[in-house]
Amino acid sequence: MAAKESAVETIDDGIAEPGIEPGASSETMLVTTDSFDEYEQEMSSSIDGDRQMKESTGSTISEIQEDSTQDIPISASPQESGKTLSLDDAEMDDVAHRLGQSNIDGDPLRCKAWLAQKKHIFILSQAGKPIYSRYSSEDKLVTVMGVMQALVSFVQAGSDMIRSVHAGDTNFVFVVKGPLILVAVSKTLESVPQLTLQLTYVYNQIISVLTQSQLNRVYDQRRNFDLRRLLTGSERLIDHLLNFMDREPAFFLGAIKCLPLLPSMRSSITQTIIQTCAKIKNLVFAILLANNQLVTLVRMNKFFLHPMDLHIIQNLVDSSESLKTAESWTPICLPKFDSNGYMHGHVSYLSEDCQACLLLLTVDRDVFFVLSDAKQKIVEKLRRTNCLEAINESMNKPTITTADIGLPDMRHVLYKCKSTAQFWNPGFQPPYTTDEEIERLLGLYQCLHHRLHSPSRPLKLIFQQLDKETMLAWVASGFELYVTFEPLVTKPDAIEAVSKLLKWIKKEEERLFILNSPTF
Amino acid sequence: MKTIEGKVVLLGSQGVGKTSLIGRYIGNFDNVSPTIGASFFNCKLNLGDMKIKLHVWDTAGQERFRSMAPMYYRNANAAMLVFDLTQYNSFAAIKGWVKELQQNVEDTMVLAVIGNKSDLHQRQVDGEEGQKYATSIGATYHEISVLHNEGVETVFLAIAKGLLRMVSDNTDITSVKIFDSSSFFNGDGMPLLPSVEESPQNTSIAHGILEKPFTCC
Ligand SMILES: Nc1nc2c(ncn2[C@@H]2O[C@H](COP(=O)(O)OP(=O)(O)OP(=O)(O)O)[C@@H](O)[C@H]2O)c(=O)[nH]1
Ligand SMILES: [Mg+2]
Repeated sequence: MAAKESAVETIDDGIAEPGIEPGASSETMLVTTDSFDEYEQEMSSSIDGDRQMKESTGSTISEIQEDSTQDIPISASPQESGKTLSLDDAEMDDVAHRLGQSNIDGDPLRCKAWLAQKKHIFILSQAGKPIYSRYSSEDKLVTVMGVMQALVSFVQAGSDMIRSVHAGDTNFVFVVKGPLILVAVSKTLESVPQLTLQLTYVYNQIISVLTQSQLNRVYDQRRNFDLRRLLTGSERLIDHLLNFMDREPAFFLGAIKCLPLLPSMRSSITQTIIQTCAKIKNLVFAILLANNQLVTLVRMNKFFLHPMDLHIIQNLVDSSESLKTAESWTPICLPKFDSNGYMHGHVSYLSEDCQACLLLLTVDRDVFFVLSDAKQKIVEKLRRTNCLEAINESMNKPTITTADIGLPDMRHVLYKCKSTAQFWNPGFQPPYTTDEEIERLLGLYQCLHHRLHSPSRPLKLIFQQLDKETMLAWVASGFELYVTFEPLVTKPDAIEAVSKLLKWIKKEEERLFILNSPTF
Repeated sequence: MKTIEGKVVLLGSQGVGKTSLIGRYIGNFDNVSPTIGASFFNCKLNLGDMKIKLHVWDTAGQERFRSMAPMYYRNANAAMLVFDLTQYNSFAAIKGWVKELQQNVEDTMVLAVIGNKSDLHQRQVDGEEGQKYATSIGATYHEISVLHNEGVETVFLAIAKGLLRMVSDNTDITSVKIFDSSSFFNGDGMPLLPSVEESPQNTSIAHGILEKPFTCC
């Protein structure tokens, strides 16, 4: 794509604000953020990362618990920057030596297939202990991780923070958070902020499993701690998350997709949940997911869910077959909600014949049976009111395509409504029918997304003719839009199609989006 | 007909086959994956003219859930301690669990030590050692293969029998519940009233069945 730069036309004035904002609402149940907020936070927290972390130890969970007996230890900063080891020349030589050596004795490093992987992810401790590698067993990579650790601490010693290294077509991106170092080695077109965001997601996945305070505690007690002991079984979650991010636009958009439903049906589902759970104290969120899309979300007054937390929940549900076979009761930490404490989740699928997953999240660890009862009642009511059928119908229906909408030149689109942090996309149609093509298309969207949001020079509109397609990306005041057209579409035709599309989304908005923000 | 209800907890290391075991018993063996937190199952079996209802907590073996375990074994009447016959570590872990139970659970518990995966050849735990250990803690000992469905029924029967024996030996165990669904009156002709001070988690269980704390029949 970079090679096609000459064909790029960026016009800030070629398109007028449409006057409609499909899916917009003044009520939202999700925290709305720009997906690059994370990145900016990362940047500004830089060396002072630990301080920021300490500031966020105020616990939302104990705030909810009326008598909070749980003590949440305040994290101590893992190390003062003054104490970071500095490398002198001799040590630098050593690093170079180890780098050289790793080519000879590191097994995966001699493996062509391993080297050819497009995006490696590594996690190690600040002490350099391997914790996770995406494509090989991490203990074969002790040397490489040692080098990464040396690089990080070398730069840290100069009171600076390593962000990224670029070598040929490869980006090395570093995130140092709490006691962990996360590294992406990528040959994809993803930008540094996008890779940083992905590493932040991986970090949040770990927090979701362990909580921030537990993570800090184990390293405070022993700098050399082997975190793999606590993470065994959770590598699966990280693996799944990484694959998920490669094929789901939700992550870089920072938005949630809803299951399309008749508004009357959705509202009846929501009301059923509210009525059944009305008397249950300490219930913070009720979330119903179907096919990884949001059916409804009911929240405790005053609290909102961050899309990032919902993505982590979606990842858990999507990667855990075992949740399908029984009612589960599991601790889960939502890093954005409260990174230092666990919530307790009653997780179950509605029924054999309706595979939507209901999560009831509470701060009360003793209410499994109360929630189990509530779930039973919810299902009975939903069955009586034909809501289960409606959910099934929507789940089984093939996703509408832009061709179905009557937009023949338009192949695909991502539409994000900013005020509600929700997005919509139609089904893929040819040529985007193979995994490869879909990934390529998402890659193009990510490039556009990056350029629209570029910290140095943000754009409002991009119209770009490529070899295989023509792309349009547009940030209006209420939404973001990414559209893929046939390669030879003209700009006026494209703009005309976009306005038709917006009208269609507007007409369908009540079905495609959740426009209210129900509370218990 | 009498019904006995008891709470059972499945404990043991990651991957030893706890979920497979309960899954096999209730007829849902395919596609197991690591348990997240804990799963709850109800299962029923008959023992002579007794109905036994088991409320089973299938816990996750992953280390990170270890600290959650007390939530699940608290008030349990029985524990199935599962290990993998081909992993000595998992057998050693059972001893840790037993110590923890002894320290934290006051009521007597029915214990079963269960060595799973007897179909595999790389056995690391000697049957005699397992049996000896089980005897030393007053547990029954079983070697089973969930894969080949060998010994699964026996384990659940042993737990049921254990619960039955426990209630008839020990009249002050109130956490195991006994219903009499054939009659509203006990031997003394006293009406059985639903117990007033039920804990909230017990209310969900009895649907139209009158319930009382244990009395000897
Ligand atoms: N060969 C053999 N494999 C078994 C047997 N029972 C279970 N397995 C396998 O062992 C693996 C783990 O089984 P699970 O039932 O998930 O183990 P678990 O103890 O519930 O694991 P956690 O939920 O992580 O604690 C699965 O791949 C099962 O298929 C058996 O009797 N023989
Ligand atoms: Mg299990």
